[in-house]
Amino acid sequence: MAIIAIDKEKIARIKPPVIKTGVIGWLKENLFNGVINSLLTIIIFLFMVKFVPPFIKWAFVDSVWFSTSQVCKECEGACWSAITKNFRFMIFGIYPYELHWRPFVSMLSLFTLLYFTYYRKYWSKTLLYAWLAGLVAMAVLMKGGIFGLTPVPTEMWGGLPLTLLLSIFGLTAAYPLGVILALGRDSKLPGIRYMCVTYIELIRGVPLISLLFMASIIFPLFLPEGVTINKILRAQAAIIFFTAAYIAEVVRGGLQGMNKGQYEAADALGLNYYQTMRLIILPQALKIVIPPTVSVLVSAFKDTSLVVIISLYDLLFAAKTVIQKPQWNGFSTEVYIFVAILYFLGCFSMSNFSRKLEEELDTDKRS
Amino acid sequence: MKVVKLFVVFLATLAMTTAAMAGTLDEVKKRGMIKVGVNGSVFGFGMPDDKGVWKGLDVDTGRAVSAAVFGDPDKVEFIALTGVQRLPALQSGEIDVLCRNTTQTLTRETKAGLNFAQPNYYDGQGFLVPKKLGVKSAKELDGATVCVLPGTTTEMNAADYFRANNMKWKPVVIENTAELNNAFFAGRCDCLTSDASQLAANRSVAPNPADYELLPEIISKEPLAPVVRHGDDQWYDIVNWTVMALIQAEEFGITSKNVDQMLKSNNPGIKRFLGVTPGMGTQLGLSDKWAYNIVKMVGNYGEIFEKNIGPKTPLALERGLNALWTEGGLMYAAPVR
Repeated sequence: MAIIAIDKEKIARIKPPVIKTGVIGWLKENLFNGVINSLLTIIIFLFMVKFVPPFIKWAFVDSVWFSTSQVCKECEGACWSAITKNFRFMIFGIYPYELHWRPFVSMLSLFTLLYFTYYRKYWSKTLLYAWLAGLVAMAVLMKGGIFGLTPVPTEMWGGLPLTLLLSIFGLTAAYPLGVILALGRDSKLPGIRYMCVTYIELIRGVPLISLLFMASIIFPLFLPEGVTINKILRAQAAIIFFTAAYIAEVVRGGLQGMNKGQYEAADALGLNYYQTMRLIILPQALKIVIPPTVSVLVSAFKDTSLVVIISLYDLLFAAKTVIQKPQWNGFSTEVYIFVAILYFLGCFSMSNFSRKLEEELDTDKRS
Repeated sequence: MKVVKLFVVFLATLAMTTAAMAGTLDEVKKRGMIKVGVNGSVFGFGMPDDKGVWKGLDVDTGRAVSAAVFGDPDKVEFIALTGVQRLPALQSGEIDVLCRNTTQTLTRETKAGLNFAQPNYYDGQGFLVPKKLGVKSAKELDGATVCVLPGTTTEMNAADYFRANNMKWKPVVIENTAELNNAFFAGRCDCLTSDASQLAANRSVAPNPADYELLPEIISKEPLAPVVRHGDDQWYDIVNWTVMALIQAEEFGITSKNVDQMLKSNNPGIKRFLGVTPGMGTQLGLSDKWAYNIVKMVGNYGEIFEKNIGPKTPLALERGLNALWTEGGLMYAAPVR
C-alpha cells in the first residue's frame, strides 16, 4: 500500500511534456501553429523590433518633459514640454486663467456623476436628481454671474469642458429625439411618418460639416435684426439634430427586429399604443440595438471635434492653436498624441460601459 | 477657394437687406461689451497665449476701440472666426467690428456691404529664400521651384508675377502650412511664397532662421483693416478714428508711458488730440478723453507693433510699409481737428 501511495505522489509531481505546456508549449500553440501563422509571427516580430525600440527611445529616453521650447528644438526625442507647458490652455481653452478652478470643479463633479452612472447598482431616483442638480451647478459654475461669481461669456468656454459639454448634451438630447423619430417613422399616421422620413433622410444626406456651416454661417443671416443665437448653442443644436437622425435609423432596426408576436400579445392584453411601446416593444428593441447605438454615440463624440471649423475652442482646436505658436510649431506629433489619448479614453470608456450594460441586461442569457 | 468666394458673395447679397443696423454704439454701450471678431490662429495678429489671454496686433486694435468707447480696454469679447465665417458674422450682427487680417477690396466694400477703416497693417505677398541660394531679387527666380499653399490668391498672384516677368516656375503645392514649411526647410523648393507677415512666421520656425531671408519684392497689395457694416456711420467713424488715433499718437511721439506728461504740452494739435482742448471726442459720440484712453491703456501704433510682431518677437518683422509716413512708410493719419 505504501508503495502505491508513493507512486501516486510521484505521478502527481510529474509534469506534462514541456512541448505541450510552459512557455514553449504556449508559443507553439499560439504563435507557430502552422506555416502561415509562423510567418505572420516572424513578420510582426521583425516589425516590432524595427519600430518599437526607436519609439520608446523617442518617447521616453530622449524626451524632455518640462523644458523650454528652445531646449526642445535641440533635443532628439519627444518634446512633451509642448504639452506640460500648455497643459492648462489645452484643457481649458480661452477660459480666464485665474478662474480655471470653475471648469475644473465642474468636470470633477461630472466625472463623479459618470462614475456612479457606470454602475447599475447606483441607478435610482436619487441619482437622477443628483444629475439634474449637478448639471445646474455646473452651468452656474461655468457661466457665473450669480453668487458673486464673475460672469464668463460662453464665447470664452473651451477645451475639454467644451468637448464634454457638446458630447454629453448632444448625446443625451439626441437619444430620446432619435427614439421618437424612429417611432414616428413606423407610425401609421402618414403625416407624421412623412415628416420623420423627410427629416431623417435629409439630415443623413448631408455631412455634419455642412450642418455646422449652416448653423454658424447661414442661419444667423435669417434671424431678425439684432437677434443672435449663441455660437455654441448653434453648434450644439446641429450635433443633436445630426446624431438623432442616425440613432433613429438604428432604433428602427431594433423595432423591425421585434417579433410580430410581441405586438399581438400586447394587443391581446388590451394595451394601447403608448403602453405597448413603453412596456413591451421599446425595452426589448432598445436592448437589441445597444451595440450599434454605442457606435453612433462614439462617433458622435469624436465628431464634436469638427467644431474646429467654426472656430470653437474645443480640445482639438486648443491643441492646434498651441502648435501654431512659433515656439511650439513643429511639435505636432506630441500634441496630437496627447489629444488622441484623451479621445481614446472617452471612447473606450463608452464602449466598456455598453459592454457591461449588455451583459447585465442580457435577461435571456444568450451568451 | 473660388467656390468659397462665390458662396460668401451669395451670402453677402442675402445679408444686404438686413445689414443696415443703426445704432451700434448705443447697443454696445447697453451691452457693456464690444464683440470683436478675430483670427484665433495667427500668431502676432490674433491668438490666445498659453494663459488664454488674447494677444496680437488685431486684438490690440479691438482693445483700442474698447478704450475709446468705455475708457477700459477689456470690455471686449473676442470671437475667433474662420476665413469663411468672418464676413457673415459681421453682416448678421454677431460681432460689432472685425479685426481679422482682412484685406480691403472693392467687392467687399460694395457687394458684401462692409466698410473698411484705416488699415492697421499693410501686408503683401513676398518670397522667402535660403541665403545660400545667393538670390538677391525675385527677378532672379527664373526656373525656380516654389512652395505655395494651393487654392489661395497667393498661388494666382505668383503665377501672374512669373508670367508678367517672362519667367518660368514650378509650383510645389502642399495643402498644410506645417508640411509646407518642412518641405521648404528640407530643400524641396528654392523659395517659399506667401504674405510677408506669414513668411516671417514661417522663418521663425526654421531650424536656423538666420539661414533664410525675405526678398525685397512684394508682388501683391494686402491692406489689412478693421471692418464694420455699411449703414452705421457713427460706428464707422469711431473704429476708423481709433486706428487714426493710434497712428497719430506715434506721430506726436505720445506713448503709454509719457501720455500724462503730454497732457501739459503746448502743442495745440496734441492738446486737441488728448482732449485738453475739448470738443473732438464728443463729435464722435465719445468722451473727450477717447484718444488719451487709447494711448494710455493700449499704446500707440508703434508700441503695439513692437509688442506683437516687432523685431523682438518671434516674428521679427521690420516696420517697412508700416512705418510712419515721416519715416518712409504708409502709416498716415488725417488730422484730428
